Amino acid sequence: MTAPLASILTAPGTNRDADVAFALQLAGFRTEQLDVRQIGDARQPLRDSAAVVVAGGFSYADALGAGRLFALELQYVLHDTLQDAIQRGVPVLGICNGFQVLVRLGILPGAGQQAALGHNESGQFACQWVRLAAPLSRCVWTSGLTDGVDCPIAHGEGRFACDDTTWSSLVANEQIALQYASHNPNGSRGDVAGICDPTGLVLGLMPHPENHVLAHQHPQHSRNHDQPARLGLELLRNGRLHAIA
Amino acid sequence: MKTVLATSAALEKFVLTSRSHDPRSTALLAGARDLGITTIYDITVSDLVFVAADPEAAARQVLHDVLHDVLVEPLLQVGQWVSRLEDEDVHRPDSRVIESTLLPGVTDPVAAEIMRVAQRAGIDLQGVATGRRFVVQGAITNDQLERLAAKLLANPIIERWSIDAPIEPSFVPRDGEMSSVTEQLAFDASATLVSLEQINRARGLALDPAELLAIRDHFVTRGRLPTDVEVETIAQTWSEHCSHKTFRARIVLDGVERTDTLLGQLRQSTKQLHRPFVVSAFDGNAGVIRFDEHRTYALKCETHNHPSAVEPFGGANTGVGGVIRDVLGADHHPIAITDVLCFGEPTTTFDELPEGSLHPRRVRDGVVAGVADYGNKIGLPTVAGAVVYDRGYVANPLVYAGCIGVASDWQPPQRPEPGDRCVVLGGRTGRDGIRGATFSSMTMDATTGDVAGASVQIGDPIVEKLLIDALAEARGVYRSITDCGAGGLSSAIGEMAEGVGAHIDVARVPLKYPGLAAWEVWLSEAQERMVVAIDPQQLARFVGICARHEVEATDIGSFTGDAVLHVVANGETVLQLDTKFLHDGRPQRRMDALAQHPQRAASEPVPTAVGQRSIGDLLLALLAHPNIASKESIIRRYDHEIRGAAMQRPLVGVQGDGPGDGTVLVEPGEQHGIAIGIGVSPFTGETDAERMAWLVIDEAIRNVVAVGADPSQIALLDNFSWGDPRRATTLGQLVAAVDGCVAAAAHYAAPFVSGKDSLNNEWVDCDDTRRSVPPTLVITAVGRVPDAHIVVGADAKEAGNLLVMLGRTASQWCGSHAARIVEADGTIVPAPDGAAPQRYAAVHQLMKANLLRACHDPSEGGLAVAVAEMLIGGRLGARMHAPPSDINAHTWWFAESPARLIVEIYPSNLDAVRAALIDDVHVVATLTSEVTLQINDDSIALGALIEAFRGAPQ
Repeated sequence: MTAPLASILTAPGTNRDADVAFALQLAGFRTEQLDVRQIGDARQPLRDSAAVVVAGGFSYADALGAGRLFALELQYVLHDTLQDAIQRGVPVLGICNGFQVLVRLGILPGAGQQAALGHNESGQFACQWVRLAAPLSRCVWTSGLTDGVDCPIAHGEGRFACDDTTWSSLVANEQIALQYASHNPNGSRGDVAGICDPTGLVLGLMPHPENHVLAHQHPQHSRNHDQPARLGLELLRNGRLHAIA
Repeated sequence: MKTVLATSAALEKFVLTSRSHDPRSTALLAGARDLGITTIYDITVSDLVFVAADPEAAARQVLHDVLHDVLVEPLLQVGQWVSRLEDEDVHRPDSRVIESTLLPGVTDPVAAEIMRVAQRAGIDLQGVATGRRFVVQGAITNDQLERLAAKLLANPIIERWSIDAPIEPSFVPRDGEMSSVTEQLAFDASATLVSLEQINRARGLALDPAELLAIRDHFVTRGRLPTDVEVETIAQTWSEHCSHKTFRARIVLDGVERTDTLLGQLRQSTKQLHRPFVVSAFDGNAGVIRFDEHRTYALKCETHNHPSAVEPFGGANTGVGGVIRDVLGADHHPIAITDVLCFGEPTTTFDELPEGSLHPRRVRDGVVAGVADYGNKIGLPTVAGAVVYDRGYVANPLVYAGCIGVASDWQPPQRPEPGDRCVVLGGRTGRDGIRGATFSSMTMDATTGDVAGASVQIGDPIVEKLLIDALAEARGVYRSITDCGAGGLSSAIGEMAEGVGAHIDVARVPLKYPGLAAWEVWLSEAQERMVVAIDPQQLARFVGICARHEVEATDIGSFTGDAVLHVVANGETVLQLDTKFLHDGRPQRRMDALAQHPQRAASEPVPTAVGQRSIGDLLLALLAHPNIASKESIIRRYDHEIRGAAMQRPLVGVQGDGPGDGTVLVEPGEQHGIAIGIGVSPFTGETDAERMAWLVIDEAIRNVVAVGADPSQIALLDNFSWGDPRRATTLGQLVAAVDGCVAAAAHYAAPFVSGKDSLNNEWVDCDDTRRSVPPTLVITAVGRVPDAHIVVGADAKEAGNLLVMLGRTASQWCGSHAARIVEADGTIVPAPDGAAPQRYAAVHQLMKANLLRACHDPSEGGLAVAVAEMLIGGRLGARMHAPPSDINAHTWWFAESPARLIVEIYPSNLDAVRAALIDDVHVVATLTSEVTLQINDDSIALGALIEAFRGAPQ
């Protein structure tokens, strides 16, 4: 049996595509890279995709705000193809810049809810490891991650913001998929690190689970041998379990 | 030149403001306070976009909607279109308004993207520009407002501004043609040194008298005058930057001529070491080493000092971009960045600042932002570095940027063959980085009258990222490759054509905007460009690969086989030079040096002021010293996690805030890797530069040994930043440092594989005294880590364990931080330790036997600081044991003797450690779960150590 295909969407300036490809392969996927510059030439993009990942980076140098141009390009080249895939039950993951893209596209939080990712409260890019808790939610990617996930953040625009109405519905719908459990590094509302859409198939998160798929990638690997591993790999394995065969 | 805009085009302005507090405001207000402007209470920032478009109303509405949609995040921002004429907003009764915009010719990626978005939506824009608006609230005088604009809100090098009036944007057309103006320069038989010197000064050629005469004689023999393109090309090729005149000079030391040049000494030392892992040293763009069969690493470190002093962000930004291209030019795939930054002390007052210098804090913030911007966006981890503060860097900061690349089955570079095409690829060419002095004497055309790109370069990391991706795919398709760095095409193609010859049409080079003269195109240091030589049959394939990655690749000529560099512009010859003359025609410099005569007694008394302070007091003061205190606020702005290879990071420990030593990269899926370490100690070179070289080499090597590198597999890079070497004492220090490098490299069997010198780091004070940076040698060490599992880190792990120091401590105080804190200094620079290599080998064996729980190298501040750092990392306390009876306590805790390592071990392993090391094994502390440091009679809470270390002004 061949492994299911994860399609990694990229744009000029995407730079964690190789990291996420390595991680997805470790989680049991085969991967393909679909760049916005070439999608237009593909006859039926995402037709064979069992999962779709929008990779992190600085698409278009964040020139007009993080993720905006990538989102605009995806609208031009994919039209409704991504929404159609979600309707078919394909799990979708947006990491960092990918999260920003999915929010700009309106896929997250979805159902007309309004959210945005603003500049970190510090006004600066921040790279550090965080501990994530996965509260009870409808998200397929985070189900069963009771120990949480340890992984790094590396972003300047990761402050999750939404209005009160959206916040209430996110809570009510169990769309809050990941929260910063150690400290809130960017001023996100409700310590939100990741949210899912109302179907639970689409997850967007600022941190990088793809950079903690091997035990020795953890900064404290040489001290805590008795602690749970909290690999980001588990999140991707969840995606593999829900991937369309 | 054509007018840029149709006269009918309407100019409109879009103002974008944050709904809630904009973090930029806080930083600006703090900056204003630093400038002494304390009566204002708010500075709000808005972003401006200027659009020149068809005035037709219907199209305008579409334009407004499309751009509003793209530019505004409605939850967080408010966007508003204003007609420029109706913009009354700049006249406010209760506040002052400053608007700024980029000077024409400065790279503006945001404007370019807006242009693209509009095109995508079918809207034809005639021009886009960006700017910022600052609204200042509170009492402020006109003078203060001017100062605020020039020193804080805008940078005069790349921006202009208006006060209480709307700024007029400048639009520069993207496509353009070169002007074909060349001149002939008067290097004729009747030319004298006086007349040549005039040309030299007017064009800022920086040629020596002997060199001017050599150029004159060459052209007299050929019976014609040189063109400006030729003389400029020769000046570039023969510049200190490109030809390393000092490192290739004959040196007369105290009246005695030395047998070898400085560069010769370094090359020779590597040759004599015969290390099997050296693949290519001092050849081409980067050093190449090989730790396993199929894979090579390319190593390179560069400086970008002067550009960073003028425009910190752009200077550092393009410094990183440039060194990445060096690695691309060595045909390796970049995997990591390093940076070493030297600034004036953050506490420098504005009165102490030399006229025209930016404040060290502004330089630092700009440089850090520039490094972060390039590294983070291009997607390379910035993994190792150092930050040094010293008064000597106030007007002349130093910015070292390094890059490491990897390749499988690498082949040594091929030379271009006759018939090969010459292709330039990547960014377009503008006036970027053309020498300011030369540039300012040129007549500009109307619209580009104040084109600023002249002396400053602005980077575009995404363009370089695309270049990396395209080259990764095209590897093997081209025959040879080099980067465009200093000297631009003249230097890149000049080097490639050496011995082969080339025929180039500069008119084919794609330009950012029209109006450049031939010599400007040929010499421009516009960023993100590479040159390849390629078999004509492969050309179409290569151009196709580039096109897929949106990289512009342009065939600009061919390699010929006649050993002549021939450049034409629109059919007219502008340069025709024998490559032999270009590369070998420079008369060798002969330079006088005065030797240093340092004191080298085995010990000296503890400086009185040091001895008078209590141990605990000194320790806390040292932890708070800017050179020792946490660099976390800088490090966290760099992405060091991308690629997932960083296994040992610059910060370590339970809370990720303890300082580490070297960093370790292990490619995901592998079990071995490389360690990177940095050595820099500019406080000793003026006293004893030879010992300084030993110290920094030892420091870099200890850095990597502490994180698991095999001491027998370490390669080194040297980077010298010095003052003017034409001063005999300065050259004497340089000679001593090179002597030290060569001796230390031999002693540690660690070869140099690449190096770079940046000389003339000087400035003239208001009172006309020349000041030089302290002699600053930066050593980068890269070593093989044979097994990722042996890496333990610098953070203390477990109460009950012992901290054991391996090495010798001597009472030698020159350059020590304990002395600096009390404003004293010693006279003797710490001596090297001959036993260091054996010690490091033994430590490596102990690591491989899993007998160590932590390993840290005591450096700035000495032993007490190093132990405190381990405790901060591990959130543990320690009971310090009494120093040996034959040594003064202050010497024991604070001297900065080299070649020492502190290891953490289980008490039961002490005998094994003693057996492995033979001598110089000292138990210095027992780790405790009670979080205090008990030292002498002092007891210091861990919290106080952390506060001193982290709370210092950043």
